[in-house]
Amino acid sequence: MELNQYLEMFIEESKEHLQACSQHLLELEKNPQDLAIVNEIFRSAHTLKGMSATMGFEDLADLTHKMENVLDAIRNEKIKVTPEILDVVFESVDHLEAMVFNIADGGDGKRNVQSTVEQLKRIESGDTAAASVRTAAVEVAATNITPIDYKLTYDDFEKTVLLQSSEQDYFAYEIAIALREDCLLKAARVFMVFEILEKNGDVIKSSPTVDKLEEEQFDSQFYVAYISKENAEDLQKMLMKVSEVDQVEVKKINNSVFTQSSTTDTSGQVVVEAVQQETAPAVLEQAVVTPTVQKSNGSKTQSHATSKTIRVNIERLDILMNLFEELVIDRGRLQSIATEVNHGELNETVERMSRVMGDLQNIVLTMRMVPVETVFNRFPKMVRQLSRDLNKKITLEVIGAETELDRTVIDEIGDPLVHLIRNSVDHGIESPEVRRGKGKPEEGTVELRAYHSGNYVFIEIEDDGAGIDREKVLAKALSKGVVSQEVANSMTDRQINELILASGFSTADVISDVSGRGVGLDVVKTTIESLGGNISIESTQNVGSVFSIQLPLTLSIISVMLVEIEKEIYAIPLSSIIETSIIRNSDIMNAHNQKVIDFRGKVVPLVFLEEIFEVPRQDAKDDGFHSVVIVRKGEKLAGLVVDSFIGQQEIVLKSLGNYLTNIFAISGATILGNGKVALIVDCNALLK
Amino acid sequence: MTNAVEQEFIKVIVFQLADKEYAIPVSHVQGIEKLMHITRVPKTESYVKGVINLRGVVTPIIDLRERFNLPVSGNEETTRIIIITLEDMEVGFVVDSANDVLDITASSIEQQPEVVGSLEEEFISGVAKLGKRLLILLHLDKVLNP
Repeated sequence: MELNQYLEMFIEESKEHLQACSQHLLELEKNPQDLAIVNEIFRSAHTLKGMSATMGFEDLADLTHKMENVLDAIRNEKIKVTPEILDVVFESVDHLEAMVFNIADGGDGKRNVQSTVEQLKRIESGDTAAASVRTAAVEVAATNITPIDYKLTYDDFEKTVLLQSSEQDYFAYEIAIALREDCLLKAARVFMVFEILEKNGDVIKSSPTVDKLEEEQFDSQFYVAYISKENAEDLQKMLMKVSEVDQVEVKKINNSVFTQSSTTDTSGQVVVEAVQQETAPAVLEQAVVTPTVQKSNGSKTQSHATSKTIRVNIERLDILMNLFEELVIDRGRLQSIATEVNHGELNETVERMSRVMGDLQNIVLTMRMVPVETVFNRFPKMVRQLSRDLNKKITLEVIGAETELDRTVIDEIGDPLVHLIRNSVDHGIESPEVRRGKGKPEEGTVELRAYHSGNYVFIEIEDDGAGIDREKVLAKALSKGVVSQEVANSMTDRQINELILASGFSTADVISDVSGRGVGLDVVKTTIESLGGNISIESTQNVGSVFSIQLPLTLSIISVMLVEIEKEIYAIPLSSIIETSIIRNSDIMNAHNQKVIDFRGKVVPLVFLEEIFEVPRQDAKDDGFHSVVIVRKGEKLAGLVVDSFIGQQEIVLKSLGNYLTNIFAISGATILGNGKVALIVDCNALLK
Repeated sequence: MTNAVEQEFIKVIVFQLADKEYAIPVSHVQGIEKLMHITRVPKTESYVKGVINLRGVVTPIIDLRERFNLPVSGNEETTRIIIITLEDMEVGFVVDSANDVLDITASSIEQQPEVVGSLEEEFISGVAKLGKRLLILLHLDKVLNP
């Protein structure tokens, strides 16, 4: 019960850590030698393990633990990074993500991960034979080289320093320091530890690096390579004096550690000997210098900018927004009072207040904006996996990830984008052989772009693949009865392209594992339209295609047309309005008990909102004219008959609350300038 | 004396509806508002009067007289909207007047007398006798769930 209040935080943070894992794994794949990246992944995994264990999600903790073991082996250079190992780790991250999402949906986070766990275990034990026969021999050899006991790895220079220290009556130690789990000021303790160490000798190296220790970027343990004249026992006692230090283990580094160093490392040996023959006192100077060298190295790899943000519950932002609207309404009243009273100072004050409130409004609205990065982040991993599955070579380029969108739009846009990217990867990009045949580079490119323009955000997915085969699309559309031959003859290229968004349409000849599972692009179109956006396709055969999505900046504020029926005011979203018109009674025709009008050559049915909404009418109004709002849903049109148009306005969307759910043809409400509530018409419900 | 110490008090808001006095535990009451403009919501039950703008939150309003099938009266100067919350729902009740906050003891609450037989019976969780006054305790769950 108590844990429930942390659940949301747990889920959010887990997602973040998993995202970080995926991202770093992708980086690691590009630079398999960079152990700093492994450390980053390890840290995320470790935190995740701790959190899930605390929250009682044992399966989650268990799998993370197994993954962590593999990562640990990698960072201790017991095993080398290979694509096969990464595949398994990626798979684990996928499982973990699924578990977290399951928990988020109210599940218990359980999942069958037996095969992944076994693979992880195999990798951890150094037996990668199952994963890759090629690398197995190398892996086993590598495991034999580095003794397990030593946590730190040294480059040649550090080895030299450590080796020579013994000849100067110095001892080389590797010290493991564990802080108490509940230690509050970890950085301060680290500082105190280092102070003691530096008084009695020299720190050669630390893991994590000094920078990270200072930033508290470690769990509770850190390791230090150290040379000193003190004996191990004394050092241990001194360090234990620092409060909140839980354990100190001081281990002497034997020269054997280095002498049995890797077989290929003969050059290192030579260097060692060469330095030994040089002037010995220089060594200590070098030793003093080393930590700073180490420091600058460390800062290079990990100086990622941390933007200063706090996590705020979106509900609180909604409350803030509500309060703010109250202020806006009151400001309106104040303004009208000020004009009535016509008092100079009052006028001035009200004017200044209005200006401040304008700025405030901007801030409140932009607070809900989130960079699309949060959605885009998951795609590199997805494309990697897809291209491996499909044996294609594909790079994904992401541009404009910092473009901001309203949180509610962000939440919705992920799935449609997954669909479109899958589509590009599967149907768009050709296999390397085909590409070579066409004279294209073997490696295909999918570009994911986001940018602002006006009141909209555009997201585009461009690939340099095969493009849309118009003949094939048309043939398919005709055979499936999506269009008639006559219509087909008069269709523009663009219209043909967009046929693939029609429901029940799939151009894949062979149903592949990736797409063609019956979920077509029509779902994408529907989702995007429900968000008030639209999607268009441009394509040139053998050159590539561009899917372009246009989305409103925010869903909480929409443009509407306010209309009046009797004394009631309703709002019709501008996104579904085509135009407004005034029609004569004589223009109305009857077709099967359905009143219709001729709108630019099209027969459009009329919907009398007065009847739909059962508006109580005092006396019948008939001046021979009707005000009609022509709305559309996809290709379908309808004319909504109202009494009069009030005008266009930006409104803040409100829900009707939990008591009134599923009200027919009403999608929400808004508060007008006079403080009254107006209902928003759901055009989609009116057009079946 | 010992009895008095052991007894638990419930603080209730008392309101009037067609000559009878009803009570809702104060813990469910968010506030009491004067009647304001209600926007009708089409295609809802007749006792749902519509929605109001309650300091920026769109709040549905239920006419308790209509909910209890009591004769509908016009709006008086004393008519109030009691805003109540139940679980994640926030709803306003239109009542004839609301003017009392009372402490009642848990022991004074009795089962609804079976012979009452009025239509609102199912919405009642019990009655409390306070001297000559008889307070009808509402079963909020049932009032809100159709």
